[in-house]
Amino acid sequence: MKLVTAVIKPHKWEDVREALETFGVAGMTVSEVSGYGRQKGHTEVYRGAEYDIALVPKIRIEIVVDDADSEDVVGIIVKTAQTGRIGDGKVWVSPVETVVRVRTGEQDASAL
Amino acid sequence: MDGYYAFMLIATAFVLMMTVPALALFYGGMSRSKSVLNMMMMSYVAAAIVGILYVAVGWSMGFGGDGTLFANPLELLWLDGVTTDSYIYVMFQMTFAIITAALISGAVADRLKFSAWVVFVPLWSLIVYFPMAHMVFSCTDDSLICGRIGAQDYAGGTAVHINAGVAALVLVVLLGKRIGWPKDQMRPHNLTLTMLGAGLLWMGWYGFNVGSIVFAGEEGDAFSARFMSETGRTFSTTTLAAMAAILGWLLVERLLHGKATSLGAASGIVAGLVAITPAAGAVNLSGAVAIGAIAGAVCAWAVSLKYKLGYDDSLDVVGVHLVGGIIGTVLIGVFSTSSGAGGVDGLLYGGGLGSLGDQTLGVLVAVAYSGILTTVIALGIKYTMGLRLDEEDEVNGIDLAEHGETAYDLHSGTSGGGTGILAASTSTSTQGVNA
Repeated sequence: MKLVTAVIKPHKWEDVREALETFGVAGMTVSEVSGYGRQKGHTEVYRGAEYDIALVPKIRIEIVVDDADSEDVVGIIVKTAQTGRIGDGKVWVSPVETVVRVRTGEQDASAL
Repeated sequence: MDGYYAFMLIATAFVLMMTVPALALFYGGMSRSKSVLNMMMMSYVAAAIVGILYVAVGWSMGFGGDGTLFANPLELLWLDGVTTDSYIYVMFQMTFAIITAALISGAVADRLKFSAWVVFVPLWSLIVYFPMAHMVFSCTDDSLICGRIGAQDYAGGTAVHINAGVAALVLVVLLGKRIGWPKDQMRPHNLTLTMLGAGLLWMGWYGFNVGSIVFAGEEGDAFSARFMSETGRTFSTTTLAAMAAILGWLLVERLLHGKATSLGAASGIVAGLVAITPAAGAVNLSGAVAIGAIAGAVCAWAVSLKYKLGYDDSLDVVGVHLVGGIIGTVLIGVFSTSSGAGGVDGLLYGGGLGSLGDQTLGVLVAVAYSGILTTVIALGIKYTMGLRLDEEDEVNGIDLAEHGETAYDLHSGTSGGGTGILAASTSTSTQGVNA
C-alpha cells in the first residue's frame, strides 16, 4: 500500500475530490494547512504597510491506496489541480506497512 | 425652549453612546484578538473615571468663570451652586471629556498596563482636557483659544481631536513600539465590529455636533429661528462631510494600494466627522463636502506616516484625529461663510487671511499645550509605576494578562483550529477561586 499526500491550491479542492471519487477512492483525510515553496510567499499592502506573507494557505489531502492504484491517483490529482501558475503544490507517495480498520480489526487491502 | 431641552437630553445620551459602545467597538474590532477586551475596557473605564471627575471639578474648571487657561476648580465644586435644571449641560460636556480621553486608547494597543491607563486618564483630564475645554468651549473673554485668539471651533476640533491626537503621539513615543512591529502584520481581527462602531459613531456625532449649539441671550421667536436654522446646518454639514470622506479615503486607497477596504470606509467616516467637528456651524454644504473629501483623502495617506517615522500609533489615532482635527480647524479659515455660526468669511469668500491666521494659531496653541503637559504626565508615570506591560504578557495577550479573560473562548486551551476536545486536558485548573 501507498500513502499519497497532496498539497494543492484551495480553490482546486472540489475538482480534485470529485475526480478522486469518480475514480473510486474509498476515503481520504483533508486538512487546511499553510506553507511555502520555491516562490517563498509574496508581499501584500494593507493600510499603508507592505508585508511579506511567508505562508500561503493550501489544502493537504492524504489517501492510502493499493500499490496498483497509486500511479493513477497521483495522475488524477496532478491533472485536476493543475493551473500552470506558481503555487500549484506537490504530490508525493510513500510506502505504508500496515493498515487496520478500527471497527473490525481487518488488515491491509481489506481495510482500505 | 422645551424642544431644545428635550433635544439636549437625547444629544447627551448620543454622545455617551459614542464612547460606550461605539468607540469601544470601532477600536476593539481593529485590535488583535488577544487584546480586544483590554481595548474596549480602556473606553469603558475612561467613561467611569472621567465622568465622576468631571462632575467633581471638570465643570468648574471649564465653565466656572474667567481664566486664560482654566476657571477656578473650587467655584462649582461637585456642582455646588448649579441648579438641577442646568445639569443636562454639565452632562453634555461630561460626555465630551469622556470620549476625548477614550480616543487616546487606540494608539496604545496591546502594551499599556491597565493600571497605568487608570492613573493616566484622570491626571490627563484634570491637567489637559478640562483646561482645554475652558480655552475653547467656555469662550469667556480671557479664554485663550476662543476669547483671545478668536479661533472658531464649533464642537471640538482643537479641544477634542487635536488634543487627543497629540496626547496619543506623545504616549506612543514614550511607550515604544509593540514587539514585532512593524515587521509582523497586525491586521484588525474583526472588521464587522469596526464597521458597526463607525456607524454608531456617525449616529452619535449628531449629538456631538448638532448638540453643540450655544445661545447668547436669544428668546422666543428669535430663539426658535436660530435653533432651527443652525441645527439644520450642522446636521447637514456633519452628514455630507462623513459621506465625502468615505469616498475620498477609498479613492486614495484604491490609487495607492490597489484596493478599497472596509477599514478604509470606517476610518473615512471618522476622519470626515473629525474634520467637520470644528467647522460644522461655519461652512455651507459645498464647504462640508470639500472638508470631508480633503480629510478623507489626506488621512488615508497620513496613516502610513507611522511606518516612515517609526512610531507605533496602533489604531491610527494620530493619522485620523490629529491630522483630521488640524485639517478641519485650519480649513475653517478657507471655507467659513459669514452666514454661518461664527459670522466670519474665510479666504474663499473674500474674508482674506485673517480667519486662516486665527485658526492656525488656535491649532498651534492646542498642539503645544497638549504636547507639553501630556509629556510631563506620561514621563511621571513612566518613571514611577511604569507604562509598559511585561514582554511575556504582551506576547501572550494583554486580555489574559490584565483582565484574566479572552474575548473568544471557542476552543479554550488548544491553539488554532480543531474540535476543542483537548481543552479539558490542557487547561490548568477548573476549580473555583473560592474553593
